[in-house]
Amino acid sequence: MADEQTPGGPDAASPAKGEAAGQPAKPAVEAAKAAPPKPAPPPTPKPAAPAVPKPPAIMAAIPWDSDLARELKERFGEGISEASTYLGQNFIVARPDSAIPILEYLKLEADFDYMVDVTAVDWPKRADRFDLVYILYSFSRNERVRVKTFIADGYKPETSVGVHLTANWLEREVFDMFGIEFAGHPDMRRILMPEEWQGYPLRKDYGILQQDQRWVRENLEIESGQ
Amino acid sequence: MPDSTFLDSTELVLNMGPQHPSTHGVLRVILKLDGEKVLGTECIIGYLHRGVEKIAENRTYIQFNPYVDRMDYVAAISNGLGYCLAIEKLLNVEAPPRAQCIRVILTELNRIASHLLWLGTHALDIGAITPVFYCLREREEALKIFEKYCGARLTTHAFRIGGLLYETYDGFEQEIKDFCKMFIPKVDEYEELLTNNRIWIGRLKNVGILSADECKEYGVTGPVLRAAGVKWDLRKAQPYSGYEKYDFDIPTRETGDTYDRYIVRMEEMRQSVRIMQQAVEGIPEGPIMAKVGKVVKPPVGEAYVSIEAPKGELGYYVVSDGSTQPYRVRVRPPSFVNLQALDRMIRGGLIADVVAVIGTLDIVLGEIDR
Repeated sequence: MADEQTPGGPDAASPAKGEAAGQPAKPAVEAAKAAPPKPAPPPTPKPAAPAVPKPPAIMAAIPWDSDLARELKERFGEGISEASTYLGQNFIVARPDSAIPILEYLKLEADFDYMVDVTAVDWPKRADRFDLVYILYSFSRNERVRVKTFIADGYKPETSVGVHLTANWLEREVFDMFGIEFAGHPDMRRILMPEEWQGYPLRKDYGILQQDQRWVRENLEIESGQ
Repeated sequence: MPDSTFLDSTELVLNMGPQHPSTHGVLRVILKLDGEKVLGTECIIGYLHRGVEKIAENRTYIQFNPYVDRMDYVAAISNGLGYCLAIEKLLNVEAPPRAQCIRVILTELNRIASHLLWLGTHALDIGAITPVFYCLREREEALKIFEKYCGARLTTHAFRIGGLLYETYDGFEQEIKDFCKMFIPKVDEYEELLTNNRIWIGRLKNVGILSADECKEYGVTGPVLRAAGVKWDLRKAQPYSGYEKYDFDIPTRETGDTYDRYIVRMEEMRQSVRIMQQAVEGIPEGPIMAKVGKVVKPPVGEAYVSIEAPKGELGYYVVSDGSTQPYRVRVRPPSFVNLQALDRMIRGGLIADVVAVIGTLDIVLGEIDR
């Protein structure tokens, strides 16, 4: 899988840059998320430097201080575990069951009326395996916000089609690629891959050359797609 | 005799595509028809799925750069710009002014090339054969400039993370100026062929209407949204690459039908020329590459960066784990999201309008399927 791993090279020190800026105390979730999830690169002959303990790299996000963030925290309390800003982009981390009410609130009360994207990120080593990310935009505020939830494998998050119709295909793609099934979705089928395909290609444990051999054999009448 | 024959059945299911010249690629639309009337549609996509997002996770940031050209291949330069901006955001660097200016010129030229291909094929679908020859003639001039600049006509890989690899060639400014001067009368020429053409109006007016509220509901962006009366363009709303320096208008229309979308795109080509003319007059001197280093290794973090591609909002959501390979690259393709509104636009219309509406959405299947 990690056949293209490039050795760290000359600027291995650069992740530390983020460290210096990230003073504010991180909630435990964030630290958990940032635990390096990549398979360890094959031991490469490193220049003979004394073993410097590598600082655990975490996203140097700073708290998001705004009226909207306060409003949301007040309203949803426990439902929001974090409201941060990274590189000037705001995001909130929500409990999975409060994600839909938050989207609804943002749409109706705060005018975030355009759902830009729904996507997911796989962190196989984490207990709550997936990040589910909703990207929202408000035409009147000219502002973006990301709503993130961390969900475990097998957890069925509620669909957001009831809030934004555009989520229909976007959630189907998340299901197709990650196997996250949305509860209450009107049409929970694969969208890009063939419907009978086995496996979810964008999961980290799905190799880049991996394929559904049976499907390829039966439908393409060849032994392998390579 | 049985009293019902197949002629009594009122509903017919018809398969359009994936091999159909008017679906602009391998799009399959299943139509449910009552005579000529469309009762409903379903899009089957994914025939061109190459797993671009998966490939991204197995390449370095620099290696993945040429792959993005293969998504919206008629506007490869826009794809490249979006990707480079996203990684630059993660790295917290900005391309030098000279690079930004050249990027704007090439991106706008690519917008024109993309709109020209749309206009030619759209008109061809409707039955007007002449415009496609006119459009491809001018598109050729744009492609020649790309070829001279970076050696490729279609999948250009023109930009690099941090700026540009290539300086402009001798006579670049003059050729851009010549193109602008040549092109404006050509747009009038296309308009002469189509805008007041009775058949054209008859086929496009009040076809495939999508209102502003519906656009927002479906997340539809780009010319489709603007034709519905929403004055929203990312180049103005959240300027990138120095677009705030240029003086241009956002063309809008009111009803959001196929004809309005045609008018909006025609006007956008003129605005692109305006931007290019201003940009080429004042290309700053200086370096074309920011200090990025040979190994691109953004700190741990994530960013969502989007640009106004010819088809709408093209976004990249990139997650970095601090290594040389992106942990996740999510592409938010405008065509994919816009295509979802097809059913709403065509329901209750006629089967002949399906072709018009697919054409007016200006989809590229390479971007939908990725």
